[in-house]
Amino acid sequence: MPFVDGPQGDAAGKVVRPPMLSVEGLKTHFPVRKGVLSRVTGYVYAVDGVSFSIRKGETLGLVGESGCGKSTVGKTILKLIEPTEGRMRVEGHDITDLGPREMRPFRRTMQIIFQDPYSSLNPRMSAGSIVGQPFVIHERTAGRSWEERVAELFERVGLRADQMRSYPHEFSGGQRQRIGIARALALNTKLIIGDEPVSALDVSIQAQVINLLMDLQEERGLSYLFISHDLAVVEHISHRVAVMYLGKLAELADKREIYLNPLHPYTEALLSAVPVPDPAASKRKRIVLEGDVPSPIAPPAGCRFHTRCPYVEPRCRIEEPAWREVRPRHWVACHLR
Amino acid sequence: MTTETAPDATPPILEIDGLHTTFHTRDGVVRAVDGVSCRVHRGEVLAVVGESGCGKSVTALSVLRLIPSPPGRIEANAIRLDGTDLLELSPRRMQAVRGNEISMIFQEPMTSLNPVLTVGRQMNLVIDSHERLSRRECADRTMEMLGLVRIPSPEQRVREYPHQLSGGMRQRVMIAMALACSPQVLIADEPTTALDVTIQAQILNLMNELREQFGTAVVLITHDLGVVAEMAHRVVVMYAGRTVEEASVADLFRTPRHPYTQGLLASVPRLAAERETFEHRVRLKEIPGVVPRPGGARRGCLFAERCGYVRDRCRAETPPLADSAPGHRAACWETDRVASAARA
Ligand SMILES: Nc1ncnc2c1ncn2[C@@H]1O[C@H](COP(=O)(O)OP(=O)(O)OP(=O)(O)O)[C@@H](O)[C@H]1O
Ligand SMILES: Nc1ncnc2c1ncn2[C@@H]1O[C@H](COP(=O)(O)OP(=O)(O)OP(=O)(O)O)[C@@H](O)[C@H]1O
Ligand SMILES: [Mg+2]
Ligand SMILES: [Mg+2]
Repeated sequence: MPFVDGPQGDAAGKVVRPPMLSVEGLKTHFPVRKGVLSRVTGYVYAVDGVSFSIRKGETLGLVGESGCGKSTVGKTILKLIEPTEGRMRVEGHDITDLGPREMRPFRRTMQIIFQDPYSSLNPRMSAGSIVGQPFVIHERTAGRSWEERVAELFERVGLRADQMRSYPHEFSGGQRQRIGIARALALNTKLIIGDEPVSALDVSIQAQVINLLMDLQEERGLSYLFISHDLAVVEHISHRVAVMYLGKLAELADKREIYLNPLHPYTEALLSAVPVPDPAASKRKRIVLEGDVPSPIAPPAGCRFHTRCPYVEPRCRIEEPAWREVRPRHWVACHLR
Repeated sequence: MTTETAPDATPPILEIDGLHTTFHTRDGVVRAVDGVSCRVHRGEVLAVVGESGCGKSVTALSVLRLIPSPPGRIEANAIRLDGTDLLELSPRRMQAVRGNEISMIFQEPMTSLNPVLTVGRQMNLVIDSHERLSRRECADRTMEMLGLVRIPSPEQRVREYPHQLSGGMRQRVMIAMALACSPQVLIADEPTTALDVTIQAQILNLMNELREQFGTAVVLITHDLGVVAEMAHRVVVMYAGRTVEEASVADLFRTPRHPYTQGLLASVPRLAAERETFEHRVRLKEIPGVVPRPGGARRGCLFAERCGYVRDRCRAETPPLADSAPGHRAACWETDRVASAARA
């Protein structure tokens, strides 16, 4: 699978800095066990050959079917799960085979905001110490008390400083998600993997957090891998968008291209299913996906989307479509394009 | 996609009358829900929206009497299900109501699924406790429900534990459990946030079928105003533990009469296809400021500090939730100015 470059390519042929993150042919498979002896009888092909890169200061949106492997991509990059195959580089350094000790300097620059805010927060720690913990560990307080810095972070994500003393169970779902966001922003992070980071927030706080993430990107040149089901939010925050289906990328392009000129039938169906926030709006024609939702335990042969594709042709059932750049910087895996 | 109006003439299936839920913490009393009243009719979808932390989940949990006490405390004139006050029921009767007459889809599936039981076992337990079925029938019903919520390879998934499922699959398991016994009232707390939009559309259809077939009333708590626009008949908007606006979905989107609702609608990110222009990256509209401390003074309108229409009176007197147009209630002293701004 060819390596896909980010924006601001080296048109002049100059030496370019390596991207913040690059992932090549990444595969993460989980064994399926059966019986009393827990014999491995198969695999969940959660991530099955994914390549992309994220530049400094760039946001890559990652969208796709529930269960298609988005969270697994995020967790594998942080090495919370070991990859089965493929290479991952952070600013040019190959981190694929690094052990926990060697990973430590990279851990400082990469943070994750987890999808499930409740289970990712230590219930015995106050919200203030959860957010402040990295300061205490890394002693980078720059003369100021960590409490002051944490209080500032709380306010930036729309929490009150007095809530630092509360414990996770005392917060609402959306407030907990903001604790996770504040924790990810606490250090001198360079890359944030946000797994549905704003999905539990109401739209006004969501707007606040998205604006904050975009401001911080300008101030500090942060890079984001932004995983979300909300296509409108992804459109607002991303520079480029990747669409994933059953462990593989279906399409990857600049935001404008994806939204105005989607090439993969799955992307098209996704965009058509977004509910419109206006009860008076005439309903757009929705592409309803018929057919079986395939399982990552036994992905279909040929194109993985063929069981549900409205335009399916005979060869789609047999031959896997290549990952091709069909227009400048617009990549897609589909026989019909 | 619901255009018919809700049947208002019939008595409500669920009625919350003057609910106050408080938490007693070391920093004082948190008024999570501060005088909420609302009714839902058979076959109706009532959407509840509002600022994160405004008390939506606590309201839902109060109806089911699932608030831990201490520190929590529920006070209400009544919470009636088909005329019966749930607050009067014995814990055993209440246990029977939960999951039978009223089902709930919880906001965080991971915390409400049992991590040490397989998905199939949990589904069987739920189905078994509500219907007398043989083991075989029970297992069949589990498969059927998992198929309805579009879980791929259900025969493999029933053997797995919650941590082995993706976020969206966990949520679908929760939905399957909630729908398994065709409840009279379904309280769905952010049921589709973890799902992609194609699966979301299928789940929403499924909820609509249930509603049409069994007359199930749906209380839909969600942040997704697109889902509200497509699913709901009526909408309740909450802010800081209180109801600030209630209207039919069409009226609410056309003419919001509370400044908070207006701000909320303005913050919705829209797809480029629905906007005129495609700027590179647009800043979203925010509502400035933060919600007041729930333990603090509760005098006047709680939105006053963040409101663009604020006058002196707003800080001194609490505006009641009053009829501001037919079938449209708002708790705002300046509601006419807000409405005319919305029309402009
Ligand atoms: N620890 C695990 N053991 C076994 N299978 C797993 C594990 N974690 C994830 N999977 C499986 O890998 C696949 C991809 O899961 P993942 O959580 O990455 O999906 P996702 O795209 O994030 O979905 P969602 O949008 O629902 O969060 C799923 O089939 C899931 O069941
Ligand atoms: N056990 C508790 N102890 C103290 N305060 C609590 C407790 N549970 C909830 N609260 C407070 O009650 C308020 C309402 O919480 P609730 O979970 O109902 O919010 P919500 O409207 O559902 O928000 P979200 O949209 O973020 O889910 C919050 O301010 C929260 O901090
Ligand atoms: Mg996920
Ligand atoms: Mg909630």
